[in-house]
Amino acid sequence: MVLLTLSFFVTCYRVVAGPTLPDRIMALDMLVGVVIGFIAVVGVKTGYYLYVDIAIALGLVGFLATVAFARFVLERDMPEGDREEVGRKAGAE
Amino acid sequence: MIIEIVAGLLVIVGAFFALVAAIGMVRLPDVYSRMHAASKAGTVGSGLMMIALAVISADGSTAIRALAGLFFFILTAPIAAHLLARAAYKVGYPLWQGSVADEMSVHQPVKRGKGRKSK
Repeated sequence: MVLLTLSFFVTCYRVVAGPTLPDRIMALDMLVGVVIGFIAVVGVKTGYYLYVDIAIALGLVGFLATVAFARFVLERDMPEGDREEVGRKAGAE
Repeated sequence: MIIEIVAGLLVIVGAFFALVAAIGMVRLPDVYSRMHAASKAGTVGSGLMMIALAVISADGSTAIRALAGLFFFILTAPIAAHLLARAAYKVGYPLWQGSVADEMSVHQPVKRGKGRKSK
């Protein structure tokens, strides 16, 4: 549980700090996985198996959200902020 | 007794994999390698925890539901990662400077304007 909480917060850090949009989308996808893991751990610990259905629904919603975000990234060009970020990184290395 | 030990081990290993995925996501240099950490290790992590739930619940229907959720998650995670990587590549997010091969580079990233016709 402690490890899972730690990974949850580390992933949250990537959501907030991720330099570009795909980073954030992927971190959100990962957060869905971590939350499903949380549901499983709570089920193991307390015996509330009701939440398994919610985990299934959450997996479905997370998948659809990621697909929709991927379509969004494809539809839209790279925004100006991301372009600056990429250029700055290329200049620094 | 043995069932509980097995479930506990599965939970711990799953949490470890989730942590590895999260660390990889923070430490790796570009979108694509981060995606590699998140979609594989993250899936294995939550999958192992779902298996632990299926093992410890003596109830058959709960185990079946947990395994169905796991199956669905394993089925969809690579698709989502692939779609996202493809979209990011097509729009032109660059690879890391230290990448040694870009096998997609024969297909130049297409500049997409506003008036793109959808397929």
